[in-house]
Amino acid sequence: MSAFSKSNWDRRSVLRAAMGLAAAGGLAACGSNNGRGGGASGDALVQYFHAYGEAGTEQAIKKYAAAYDKANVTTQWITGSNFESKLFASLLTDNAPDLFEFHPQIQLVTSGQVLDLTDIVEPVKDDFNQADIQSHTVDGKIYGVRMIDDPQFFFYRPSLFEKAGVEVPQTLDELIEVAAKLTTDKVKGVYLGNTLQAVIRPMIWAAGADTLDENNRIAYHTDGVVEGLKKMRKLFTSGDLLLDAPADYWDPSALNQGLTAIQFCGMWAMPAMQQTLGDDLGVFPFPQVTDAGKPSVYNGGWSMFVNAKSDKADEAKEYVKWLWIDQKEYQEDWALSYGFHVPPRTSIAESADKLKSGLPAEGVKLFTDYGHFDNIGWTQAMIKATEDVFADCVRKDGDPEAALDKCDKAVNTELKKLFG
Amino acid sequence: MSTTTTRGLARPAPAKSSGTRPRRGLRGNSTFNFWLFTGPFLIGLLIFVYVPIGWSIWLSFFEARFTVTPDKFIGFDNYRQMLGNGNFTGSLLTFTVFAAIIVPTTWALSLGLALMVNRLRFMRAFFRSVFFLPTACSYVAASLIWKMSIFNGVRFGLANTVLGWFGVENIAWLANPDPPWYWLVIVTARLWLQSGFYMILFLAALQNIPDELYEAAAIDGAKPGWQTFRYITLPQLRATSTAVILLLLIAAYQAFDEFFNLLSKTTWGRPPLVELYYTALGDSQDYGAGSAGAVILTLLICAVTLLQGKIMGFGRGDESK
Repeated sequence: MSAFSKSNWDRRSVLRAAMGLAAAGGLAACGSNNGRGGGASGDALVQYFHAYGEAGTEQAIKKYAAAYDKANVTTQWITGSNFESKLFASLLTDNAPDLFEFHPQIQLVTSGQVLDLTDIVEPVKDDFNQADIQSHTVDGKIYGVRMIDDPQFFFYRPSLFEKAGVEVPQTLDELIEVAAKLTTDKVKGVYLGNTLQAVIRPMIWAAGADTLDENNRIAYHTDGVVEGLKKMRKLFTSGDLLLDAPADYWDPSALNQGLTAIQFCGMWAMPAMQQTLGDDLGVFPFPQVTDAGKPSVYNGGWSMFVNAKSDKADEAKEYVKWLWIDQKEYQEDWALSYGFHVPPRTSIAESADKLKSGLPAEGVKLFTDYGHFDNIGWTQAMIKATEDVFADCVRKDGDPEAALDKCDKAVNTELKKLFG
Repeated sequence: MSTTTTRGLARPAPAKSSGTRPRRGLRGNSTFNFWLFTGPFLIGLLIFVYVPIGWSIWLSFFEARFTVTPDKFIGFDNYRQMLGNGNFTGSLLTFTVFAAIIVPTTWALSLGLALMVNRLRFMRAFFRSVFFLPTACSYVAASLIWKMSIFNGVRFGLANTVLGWFGVENIAWLANPDPPWYWLVIVTARLWLQSGFYMILFLAALQNIPDELYEAAAIDGAKPGWQTFRYITLPQLRATSTAVILLLLIAAYQAFDEFFNLLSKTTWGRPPLVELYYTALGDSQDYGAGSAGAVILTLLICAVTLLQGKIMGFGRGDESK
């Protein structure tokens, strides 16, 4: 900028300087929205998180990132209900995050999208919940670091149960009856979310079936599941199911606002519910659908993955190791200070006093007794296919067999692509 | 800019001498001017329209999942998959139903509003603006208001509160497709959003109808009201009506926002663009199948447009009238 060093500015150099500034400003403006913050020094890493509902979560993730001194980590906090779509779409572009949270799904491994993290997990492998290690392993390699486990089950209000004179349901039939008795003109019996997608896998397990068997073949197309779908249809049309609530199942609002007596939700919402409802809160698993089935709980959760196609993959891996392997204090804070999550690290779970007594302890018991973890072979396309089943024959009056046949077609196409 | 500088340097002062003969620099060249003015748009068109179309056709013959640079050629498999896919063919039906409802209702409502506003003697500007204002609202914002506060399924939703006064049970407007109340939500949202705009078009057309026509009609004994409307106003609005119907059809075809925001995890109520979004960009990220669907759709639109041209006589010029 010679213009500034000279005392007598001529018109041309001032103009040149002004244009240079404008151009720089334009470039900076372009850069400001790509999630890579200032980036004054060190490497700039970008991570994607879906928007957790609990207060303080976004600040916490940013706080951990700020404490890392080897790279400047910026966080994209993705709001809205379609985190998967936004993540998958961005992974194809140059603006892809260097690391992101997601669930273990094998198509990310087969397409070379996620980096092998075996060498950072291996040294502490025994400290992890072995089911979590298994759900992230393909051909002996571990592809993600579990941050939190999120058991999902029913929450209910004992005071309303007492008033209606009902007991905790042990079977899906009983749940339908209980819901009918609990329904008044102000309060609906039960809430499963507006689209019912959260109870699909629990229902399959509670009907004695599974998503895929150990040889990665369809295991959900059974008579028990068909029976379960018919019962779900009965519940859906009974008028005792809360529908079109302003907040979806993952948000504690429906139960907290007294719109429903029972709500399917996750362990994460427990603190918020306890704060509103106090002791008037209980939990139970998804009840058994058939005699062959057992009550079930979906142990969902979130894991960190490194984008293998990023040119800063090694730095990203280094960050994942630092935060999600080494920094146990932060891991504990993340699992227990906002919503409740079960820590996947045994050493942290053992010292987690908040989960040792009362209702949280009951939640952890459901997690251990009835929990089913992710199957890495069960991918987003298959999840979507089963959502279509629920749409076709629970929300719509379709034939369950036909809906499952359609689902089989989609899942088999997917299985063939993944496993040959 | 560079041309100015070059000429300035080459011939600084003696502009007088060249004043006698016409300058034939680049500026006077009409071919250059043509490219100067159309070039940027053509480049934009090429990059943002034709390249994606070409790319999409190319993708449609490949196994392209989680990638837009595939290498596995699979011929017409994607086309077979899309045509055999009930959801995609169903989406064409959804669009037809939607267009069949929304085009006539918006036409009638905006014409009705225009007639009423046109008759006002006072506060005309106020009502014109009030009815036009919703046009400025985004479809996403309107969908959220419709979903969360007007048509939510709980007892304090606006629609359910009003129905509650008459003792009607709470209705799940969006979650339950039987009966298909979701159409009411979608159609009212769009009516609210777009009627005002078409009302303005009709209003302008109404004000263009010469008063002499009405006077002549009155002298010939036409009764004010229906008769005048049917035989004078409506025929005079023909050109505007045709334009409005075409614009409405195009808008209906582009429908995406309200369907996407109001209905989730459904197999129904998805017009083609929403269906293709879920195929190509949603969870499955199947760009091959999505592109195949887009190509099928493009062919259909071309066919319909040509047919429409045949019937309505577009592009034939004035002599056909």
